[in-house]
Parts: sequence; structure tokens; C-alpha cells
Amino acid sequence: MPRSATRPAMVKPLAKSPTGIQGLDEITGGGLPRGRPTLVCGGPGCGKTILAMEFLINGARAFDEPGVFLSFEETVEELAQNFSSLGLDPRPLAARKKLALDYVRVEPNEIQETGAYDLDALFIRLEHAIDSISAKRVVLDTIETLFSGLRDTRVLRAELRRLFNWLKTKGVTAVVTGERGDGGMTRHGLEEYITDCVILLDHRVNEQNATRRLRVVKYRGSTHGANESPFFIDESGISVLPIASLGLQHRVSAGRLSTGVPGLDDMMGGKGYFRGSSILVSGSAGTGKTSLAGYFVDAASRRGESSLYFAFEESAAQIVRNLRSIDLNLEPSLRKGLLQVHAARPTTSGLEGHLSAMHRLIEEKKPRVVVVDPISNLISVGTSIEVKAMLARLIDFMKVRQMTALFTSLTLDENYPEDTDIGISSFMDTWLVLRNVEMNGERTRALNVLKSRGMSHSNQVREFVLTNDGLTLLDVVRDQGRVLVGSAREAHVGEVAGTARSNRKRRPRR
Amino acid sequence: MSPKSTRRPRKPRKTAKGDFFDLRLYVAGQTARSLAALANLQKICEEHLEGRYRIEVIDLLERPQLARGDQIFALPTLVRKLPEPIRKLVGDLSDTERALVGLDLRPRASNKS
Repeated sequence: MPRSATRPAMVKPLAKSPTGIQGLDEITGGGLPRGRPTLVCGGPGCGKTILAMEFLINGARAFDEPGVFLSFEETVEELAQNFSSLGLDPRPLAARKKLALDYVRVEPNEIQETGAYDLDALFIRLEHAIDSISAKRVVLDTIETLFSGLRDTRVLRAELRRLFNWLKTKGVTAVVTGERGDGGMTRHGLEEYITDCVILLDHRVNEQNATRRLRVVKYRGSTHGANESPFFIDESGISVLPIASLGLQHRVSAGRLSTGVPGLDDMMGGKGYFRGSSILVSGSAGTGKTSLAGYFVDAASRRGESSLYFAFEESAAQIVRNLRSIDLNLEPSLRKGLLQVHAARPTTSGLEGHLSAMHRLIEEKKPRVVVVDPISNLISVGTSIEVKAMLARLIDFMKVRQMTALFTSLTLDENYPEDTDIGISSFMDTWLVLRNVEMNGERTRALNVLKSRGMSHSNQVREFVLTNDGLTLLDVVRDQGRVLVGSAREAHVGEVAGTARSNRKRRPRR
Repeated sequence: MSPKSTRRPRKPRKTAKGDFFDLRLYVAGQTARSLAALANLQKICEEHLEGRYRIEVIDLLERPQLARGDQIFALPTLVRKLPEPIRKLVGDLSDTERALVGLDLRPRASNKS
């Protein structure tokens, strides 16, 4: 939705109640509309009760806003038990009068309707609870349960409308949950009554992987992120990951750090990557992506900097063993704890699970260098749009912390290595392309720097070899305007030996 | 109170003759609807339960904390505490037929009356 350009710049911002839920306050620009009801809807198990409870508990703990939880589905005991496993046990807060929980049991079998009625008792209960702790926040979870017990929906609808208006006059910020219905956002059309703010939660399974999404459907009087944002629920409650919400205001650094490969440093102005930049190394299978990543973390260890390696293809032991074959020993760095490898199969948890783990580990370990090898494997757990969004988020997250990140990406089409299938190159500051070059009946490896923002870099395609002695970039050998590679180069170098300016020792080919 | 214990099997049990009826009428203030409910209730009791009933009127405006115990959310609500099982009649009892069915003083026409 394009923002109106004609709106005056100085409008009084809507007062908001922060939820204290990581990410949600970012999307909503500060929280839920203060003093108004918000509808949180979604299917069974989508996390609406958790979101509602966290809103209350954070309010009581961090914002000095006591809250009332009126449950229509779970008893107070059940709620307490369920939430204590999430670190959100409401009982201690209830004991300190920061929280009041009440369970309204609607048992259809017990109820007979015998004439005119209203929901005054509900109002009285709620008001009693609100006044007893001077509550500023209220949760109604899930008020639509009333529809199962009372058959006169006309009365019920009128009463619900009255209830939501009454909540506004009480000045409480309310979260009303609703179960997703077939025709609309909720089974009984609560969205008709609660129009200030509507948040939709979704829990879907995409190729056997469960993913959770949150979307602010509307927010009257406020701009908000309209995109779907992934969220996850773990031991610390809900975390929403707004897509690229951090903006582009991070500090930039002119500091440089070595790629770990001398020849490559030379190609990049002699100094290597920028600190805090993001680097993409793409190439088809067996072009040496992991080797380049290995050199990069090894260089970090030599500088005494910590690095975190997310391996989505190989185990830590496998990476160490394989890199040893090119004379790169990561064992000491691992032992010293300078290098930490976090290996996981992309399919073992959903996209949110990986996001969660990666964010948490990065936050906890505070590495200077991060490697994700390969980023393309995460496609198997999400659509390319999701991966792209997640990557943007992760990159911003690391840039803000001045961490340098290297991502490898497997290109499927050897002929078009520039077509990274996740379209992520625009997030990257430096892009190295590795490829197999087939010429004169043999395959050799070639590397070029496709782009590197903010520095002059070589545009040459360089041949490189992986041998027992390591990764070496070879000098370019030209003959009659052609670049010679592999044995043609060796033959040519042999012919002109003595006159050629080759200052590098030739290495035996494997 | 365990939540399970409140789920009683639904048997259209006939109330035995001579059962004592302990009734609680929840209202909020002296509204026309409250007064109508009480009048309707008294009429039903006099006609069907002569001498074996007790009516307690609870005004939730005065004692809001009592709404919780009997799980009241709509008003007026009549709770039949005795004989067991507990029954709740929501509304002003102007529909005498339904009120009698709800109190088990009339057999149910069907499960979905």
C-alpha cells in the first residue's frame, strides 16, 4: 500500500502499548493501539494464546501495566501449567497483583435459554478483575466460545459490540483472540467489531516443515509493516523476525580483513574484504566454495578473532578432515574455541528454527566472522522469497554488529553462475564466482570477483588450484590474446621459461 | 475442582417427586429485566414446586466476586443448585416452557429443544 504523500508530516502519533515481544513492536511501530482492542486471529495452534499471554506478562513485568487474562478455553491451572514451560508462568505475577486470571466456563449442555438476557455478568466480572489490580491490559481468549453456549447470536453480537466499546471507555489495551473461520478471519466475524488493529497468525506446513507467519492485516491510524513475517516460539516465548526492518543505517567500516588467500587479497586492492561486509561465494558443485570459507575463518583465527561457522551440508569433523587435504588445519582453532561450527541438516527444523538458532548463537557468541555454508541449502526448507527475506534480515543483523559474513551458494546451472537461484546477490557487498572451466579436454577451476562494492578490484578470471599444499591463485598466462589454463598454460610456461615473469612455483596438478 | 468432574453424562433424568429445589437467581441491580425474571421464577415455583424450593437472589452489582463461583456470564441467570445436576437457565424466564424444561420439570421434547 503506497503511503499517502499528501498527509501532513506533523500528525499526532497514535499512542501505543509496547508488547515487549521481539520484532512485533518493530513491525507495529511501537506496539498495539493503546486503550483499544486488537484482534489476534489464526487457526488452532497458531500461537495466539501465547502472544496474548506474553503481551500481558511483558506489560506487567516491564511496563508497569497490570493485566487481566479472561480465558474461555483453559482453566487458570491449565494456563499456568502450559505457560510455565515457556518461562511465562503467570502465577508469581498473579500473587503480586500484577496479573489477574479468570476462567469463564461455557458449558453448552448446562445452559438453557429462557428469555431475554445480556452479558452484564461478563462485564461485571471483567470490571471487578480490572479494578482489583488497576489493570491497563486485558486479554479475552477466545471470546467466540460464547457462541457455542448461547444460541441467540443476534443478542450475542450486539453484546460483543457493546463489550468492545466498553473496553475502550475503560481505557484498557485489549487483545481479543479469535479462531480463524472459513469465510472470514474469524469464525463469527469479530473483525467486524474490532477494527483498530488486526493481526493474523498462520501456521502452515510447507513440504513437511512447519513455518509460522505473522501479518498485521490492519492498523488504523498507523503505518505498519504489511508483509508476512516469520515468527517462532521457543523457551523464551515468541520472537517475530520482521523482514529487513532494521533499515540501512548501520555503521560502515573502512577496515579490511584478509580473505586468507594471498592472491585473492591482491585481487581486492591488496587488502581483502571490508569488515562488516557480506560476501557471497557462488559456484557449482566442487568448485571450492567451502575451501574459500575455510581460508577465511582460518585467517580470522590467525588474527585472534572468533568465527562462527554454520554448516548445512557437512559435519564439523567432515569439514576439518576435508580442509586438511588442502593443508588447512582448523583443529587448533576449534580447540581454542576461536572457531565454532554449528552443523545442522536444513530439514531438521523449519526456517524459523534455523533463524532462531542462528540469531541466538550470533547474539550469544558475538563472533567477528560468520560463515553460512551453504545458504542455498536453506531453500529446501522454504520458498526462495522466504529465504531471501530471512537472509536480508540476517545480513542486516550482522552488519549492525560489524560482523563480516561469508555465504556460499551452490549454483545449479554451470553456464549461468550469475543466476543465483535465491536472488540474493543484491544484499551482498562482494561476490566471488567460482566455476569449472572445461577446455582442451580438461577441467580447471576459475575464480573472478564479480563485484566488490567500494573498492577497486581485479576483473580478471583467475585460475586456481587446490592441492595438498593449499589453494593457490595462478598468474594469468596469455598467449596471442588468449588466456591459457591448465596444461596449455603449463606447456606455454615451459616453453617460455626463463623469459616469463612467473614468480610463483608451479604446482603439480592432482 | 477438576474440570472433568463437571462434565456429567447427559441423561434426561426425571426429577423425582419431592426433590427440594435450591435456586439462585443472579441479577444486576433492580432493572426491569431483573424484576421480570424474579416474578417469572416465583410464579413457576408456586405452580410447580409448592413448599419445596428456596430462592436466593444475588445482585452482582453488590457482590461481583460471586459471579466466578457459579460461572455466570449472562444475566439474568438462574442456577439450580439442587437437585443435582446443576442447571443454568439464561434469560428472564419469560419462556415458561423452556424454563420448565431447563429445570427438569418437563420432559425434553428432544435433545435439541
